[in-house]
Parts: sequence; C-alpha cells; structure tokens
Amino acid sequence: MSVLELDRVSRWFGDVVAVNDITMQIGPGVTGLLGPNGAGKSTLIHLMAGFLAPSAGSVRLDGEPVWQHEQIYRRIGLVPEREAMYDSISGWKFVLANARLHRLPDPAAAAQAAIEAVQMGHAQDRDLRTYSKGMKQRIKMATALVHNPPVLLLDEPFNGMDPRQRAQLMDLLAQMGAQGRTVLFSSHVLEEVERLASDIRVLVAGRHAASGDYRQIRRLMTERPHRYTVRSSDDRTLGAAVIAQGAASGVWLPPARNGAEPGLQVQTGDYAAFVRALPRAARERGITLYEVIPADESLESVFSYLVSR
Amino acid sequence: MNPTVALLTARTLLGRRRAAVLILLPAALLGAAIITRLTAGTDHDIGTLVLGAFALGTVVPLLGLIIGTGAIGPEIDDGSIVYLLTKPLNRTVIALTKYAVAAGTLLVFAVLPTFATGLILFGRSENLAAGYTVAALVAGLAYAALFLALAVASRNAVVVGLSYALIWESLIGAHVSGAQTLSVLQWARAVAGGIVGTDQISSAVSLTTGIIGLGVVIVGALWFAGHRLRSLRPISDS
Repeated sequence: MSVLELDRVSRWFGDVVAVNDITMQIGPGVTGLLGPNGAGKSTLIHLMAGFLAPSAGSVRLDGEPVWQHEQIYRRIGLVPEREAMYDSISGWKFVLANARLHRLPDPAAAAQAAIEAVQMGHAQDRDLRTYSKGMKQRIKMATALVHNPPVLLLDEPFNGMDPRQRAQLMDLLAQMGAQGRTVLFSSHVLEEVERLASDIRVLVAGRHAASGDYRQIRRLMTERPHRYTVRSSDDRTLGAAVIAQGAASGVWLPPARNGAEPGLQVQTGDYAAFVRALPRAARERGITLYEVIPADESLESVFSYLVSR
Repeated sequence: MNPTVALLTARTLLGRRRAAVLILLPAALLGAAIITRLTAGTDHDIGTLVLGAFALGTVVPLLGLIIGTGAIGPEIDDGSIVYLLTKPLNRTVIALTKYAVAAGTLLVFAVLPTFATGLILFGRSENLAAGYTVAALVAGLAYAALFLALAVASRNAVVVGLSYALIWESLIGAHVSGAQTLSVLQWARAVAGGIVGTDQISSAVSLTTGIIGLGVVIVGALWFAGHRLRSLRPISDS
C-alpha cells in the first residue's frame, strides 16, 4: 500500500503557472484526475513521477521525495501519454528490456507475467510498429507493471482508443486498483473517469477545483447555474412567462447586433424546472419555439464554474 | 555500462534508414581515395588533402554529428526516452553507455574507413594512414561526446551541431588562428602529430593543448549529459 502526497505543490514555467498550490493524497484504489485540456494534468503527473521539480511545495511517495530519486522507480510504474516506443523490436523484447533495466532477478518470468496481465501473449512476437493503438497501450501497461510496482500513473490512457479497447483497459485498471495498487489516471472526459474511478480529483487551470466520488462531482456540475439562448416568435413575452413561473433566476434580451436578434438569454439554477416550464409557457401563450441552445455546456465552462465556487 | 541501454541505443542508431545514411559518407570517402590513387598515384599533397580535408575535416565531424545526436536525440524527440528515465538507473550510466555505443559506431563508420583510405592512398610506406586514423579516432571520441551532450541540451542539436562543424571548424577554424585553439580538429591533429611526427601531420596547437582540450570536452560533455538527464522531462502531447 503506497500513498503519494502532494503538499502545497506549485510549478511555474516563466510567467505561466501550470500547477497552483495543490495539496492532495493519492492512496490505494483507482483515482481519476479530471480536467480540461491544458488544466495541468500532465504537469501534475510529471511532478508525481519525479520528472519535474516543484517550484514550491513537495511531492513524496511514502514519505520519500520523488524528484531526482532514481530508486523511486522501483515503486512507480508510468504509462506515458506518448505512443513512441522502440518500434523495430517485438512486444516481448521490449517488455523484457524494461524488466532488465529494472535489474529484476528473473526478467523473462517478470516480462511473461506482465504480458499475460495485459493479455498480449498472442501478439508478443510481433514488432511494436505493427500494433494497433489499443495494443500499444497494453504493452505500455506491461512495461509499467513488469516490476510489480505499488503505484501506477497513467497519462491520458484512453486518448484515441475505440470503445472496446477502452472497456478492456478500464477492466485492467479496475483489477489493478482492486489488488491494492495506487492507480492514478488522467482524463478530460468525465464519463471515463466516473465509470472507473472511486475517487475523482478535478483540476482546472492548474488548481485543485474539487474532489470526491463521481456522484458528488456530478452533482456539483449539474447544480451549477445553466445558461440558454432561446429563439421564439415572441422572446419578450416568453421571458416574462418563464420568470413568472419561477423557472429562471434571470432573463435578458441583448440588443440586436448587425441587424440580427441574439435571442432571449436565460439563466437558471434549476435545470429540471426550466426544461419543464419553457415548453409549457410557450404553449400557453401561443408562442412558437425555434431554438433552445445551452450557452455554456462546454466542459471548460463546467470546470470554470467549479473553480469559481 | 548497461547492456540493455546499449542494445536499445544500437537499435535506434542502426535502424534501416539511419544505417543507409551512415554508409554513404565512408563509401564516398573510399570512392574518392580509389579515384585519387588511380588518377594521381601516391601524390603526397593530393593524398593528404583527401585525408585531412575530406576524411578528418568532413566525414568525421559529420558522422560525429549524426551518430552523437542519433544516440539519444530521437528518443528525446519522440518521447521514448521515458522508458529509460523511469528506471532505477544512474543517469550518468545511461549517458556513458550511449556514448560507448556512439564511439563504437564511429569507429566502424569513420575511423576504419579513414585507415582504409590512408592505405589506399599511401600504403604502408608512410605513417600517414596510422596518423590520420589516430586523429580520426580522438576527434571522433570528442565529437561523439560533444554532440551527445548537445542532443540532451537542445531539440535543435543537429542544426546547432552542423553550424558548429561547418562554420567554426571548417570556416573560422581554418583561417583564424585564435579560433584554432578551440578546434577539435586541431586538437586531434596535434595528438596524431605527437604520435606519428609533426612532419607528417601538423597542427596549429601544441600536443599539450590538444590533450587538455580533448580531455576537457569529452569529460565535460559526458558529465553535462548525465547531469542534464537527471532533470530531463520527457515530452507529452498535452
């Protein structure tokens, strides 16, 4: 059982703060590191993997600093985001080379066990360059598992995988977590994280925005104020009706721009009440609805809301 | 030395495309030697031009650049260096192992062809073949270390290294006497001259300067490469 501890960790590159004052503990089980692209997830994983010195604060594994501590890799397995490997050798030779680099007492047995764990025995003699994306991902997993580390770090492991490959990898990671390993993976897709991780850490603009299980994160995301742009045959009357029914916390009609009406802007804190009240109000007043567009449903805006709370 | 690091480095360095590039220069050198011997006989001036300007002045630095940067640069560029960096390996051992592979490759593709060129041009009648081989060997050892360190320090190592080889060594080093004090080529010539006689191979610098210069470059570059690898962050897509 190993625990990664980050204590007030910041990392900046020149004027850019990539990771900002993060304190967290990652323990056994599967933890998801969720955040939009550019949130600082890779920087944080590189800090945890000992590739970067924190500009402030400390990163420790079971009390030992990870930065410039080569022996720490006996306890950490890293699955990098990049696919590049030594393409001209076979999967077997590559995993065996990784076992030898760890100076394991029986590298061949360790490589065989790791390849079996990721179910790649059938393709182990093929060159890495012939592998599909999913196969490469599994061989990368095997190299990270070959020395049986208690900590596994995975940087965006599901990127570019098809649904079947994704499901296989999720099963594998769930197994690793169930075995008592500390498994941390990053992703910018909430659905991936909530299917797999019992514990989620949300990172936005380098800051630790929220943490908890997926239900808590989901609730935070759905209970935030939602904004919609509504176009109808009578925006002004519809806006008044929605407000009168208490289904919106605010409505406004921005002035026309270049002759085009921007439509009715609605903000609501109760998503469910609004989606019920809007069609009812329109029907009762004989108004035709042309368009209802969520104005801020991008993942970035959801994350931004979490940060601003 | 770590045999697994050596094996992976050799795989990268001697991949099909790169090996083809590595064969081109020595093949051109040997071709030039044969043509020179057939057309000019054992003419001393033309022969030393082929050995000094082409073998030592062009083939050795260019192959030093290709092999020195190639021993680690591609792994840093594509991110596969991460598989070495996530191991409980001393970073200096990684640098030294890669250097040993680069030096061995240079021996095969640059030093031995230089010796063969010397034999074709002069046979065993003079010490020139041996002298230029020694010069190619020590220059190759220095270039391999220098360009390996450059590849760890910069993603533009090939451009910077090529500029160094062409502008500093060939252009400035050939004409500005002060610059020759800091020229790997002149250091190597001084060492070779010290072994086979300065009447055979001359240099703008003394033997002592040559030995110190080569020693400082090789030790300094390898120390720097190992040190820099300790804080190298592998690239990622995001």
